[in-house]
Amino acid sequence: MNQEIYPKLTEIITPYLPEDVDPKSIEPSSHLVNDLNINSTHLVDIVLDVEDAFDITIEDDELNKMDTVEASIALIEQKLEAR
Amino acid sequence: MQNPRVVVTGLGVCAPNGVGVPAFKEAIEAGKSGIRFYSELEKLKFSCQIGGMPLISEAVKSKYFTPLQLRNFNAAGILYGVAAGVEAWQDAGLEIDEDHCDFDSGTIFGVGTLGVDKYRESIYKVDEGNTRRLGSTSVQQTMSSGVSAYLGGMLGLGNLVTTNSSACTTGTEAVLLAYERIKAGKAKRMLAGSTSDGGPYVWCGFDALRILPSKYNDKPAKASRPMDADASGFVPGSGAGALVLESLESAQDRGATIYAELIGGHSNSGGQRQEGSMTAPNPVAVKHCITEAVRDAGISGEAIDAVNGHLTATSKDDLEIENWSEALGRSGIDFPYINSLKGMTGHCLAASGSIECVASVLQLKHQFLFPNINLDRLHPSIAMRVAESRIPKVKTPAKLNILAKASFGFGDVNCCLIFKKFQ
Repeated sequence: MNQEIYPKLTEIITPYLPEDVDPKSIEPSSHLVNDLNINSTHLVDIVLDVEDAFDITIEDDELNKMDTVEASIALIEQKLEAR
Repeated sequence: MQNPRVVVTGLGVCAPNGVGVPAFKEAIEAGKSGIRFYSELEKLKFSCQIGGMPLISEAVKSKYFTPLQLRNFNAAGILYGVAAGVEAWQDAGLEIDEDHCDFDSGTIFGVGTLGVDKYRESIYKVDEGNTRRLGSTSVQQTMSSGVSAYLGGMLGLGNLVTTNSSACTTGTEAVLLAYERIKAGKAKRMLAGSTSDGGPYVWCGFDALRILPSKYNDKPAKASRPMDADASGFVPGSGAGALVLESLESAQDRGATIYAELIGGHSNSGGQRQEGSMTAPNPVAVKHCITEAVRDAGISGEAIDAVNGHLTATSKDDLEIENWSEALGRSGIDFPYINSLKGMTGHCLAASGSIECVASVLQLKHQFLFPNINLDRLHPSIAMRVAESRIPKVKTPAKLNILAKASFGFGDVNCCLIFKKFQ
């Protein structure tokens, strides 16, 4: 687990959590939509925030790879290495 | 229930001279102008570099929106409409059920434009080939019905949730449409209102039409001069107004405060015939609209104590006075009291009708007339028709039973409402 990416990512995700979901409940295995109850339309906003925070570009067909927190981190790592 | 009486039980407003009903009431009583100079308009070489925009603090924003809703939010018309709409709902003492929708409550919340700045932002991104970076909320922030959609969700409305649009008649028409829906027994409560964003990208077309005043950039508060001999065009404004309309039965069952009763109204169009055009009213239709509203209310023109006019401070003000005079069959000292809010707020476009309805209802409830500001010298052709004593220049206590409010808009559309003190 990348210790630099993880806190940055949870910070990005937090504003999109519904009121009844505690940010502390975010875990590496959390599924953004199914576990964290994030409105799926906000996934595109999370992608934009991730792009800005890490200075990377995530292609549209890679969006579905960001289903869980750890999968998102893996994708971000991959993008950072390829930079 | 057949043909219920319809009353006003809640008010909300977001006006250039006051945000929230208490501040707005104080402002209209004091004759406070909300017109300011905007350096942005100067930079963009507008002829008219002044306008009216509500001053909304971050605290007010966060009262109505969640931090998430405010991310990438840039639709002033939705901000104003939500602030006014939610205020009216809370003012009416209506609960918000977080779990279920209320099939007896709906909204008709009118719009001219509401998210032009958001649209502009989007257009830049699109032209840069960056459509994918628009974010998830650009549709709801730019669609005309964005304001009714936001309000419907915030309040849990389960009846009709829609947006009407008829230029400067929009707000008054929204109130009439909501009234008719309750009258028809199709809803118990309707949030009626309208909103308009402002700023250069909304006002530019009016500046291009050369119908805005250009000689008051250094004295903005003096620029909007309805009925004055020196009136030189309307000052562009923005904001929102909202009224909760409710069947009398529903209001009484809840023990709600009743501000006023709405006893009738009418909307029509001059068809851009006779003297009417896209931008000028057909006087035959204006008079017809007023007389039909009076008839619908079951009163006579004699019964009207006060008129809150459209009166934008263009060269058409005297024609409007002539239309009122002929439609009601009244002139001179017998003419009803008349005032225009636009001296203080400017012309808030699609929002004007609803903001002015809020002002009208406040006058009935609190039995006063707000002053016509910047009226230094009455236009001579208005002076020929109406005694100057009927056009108050200072706040005047008055026994008001029936008040007529009308709005007229581009497209040659008209709407007139008849409000009555509740008893």
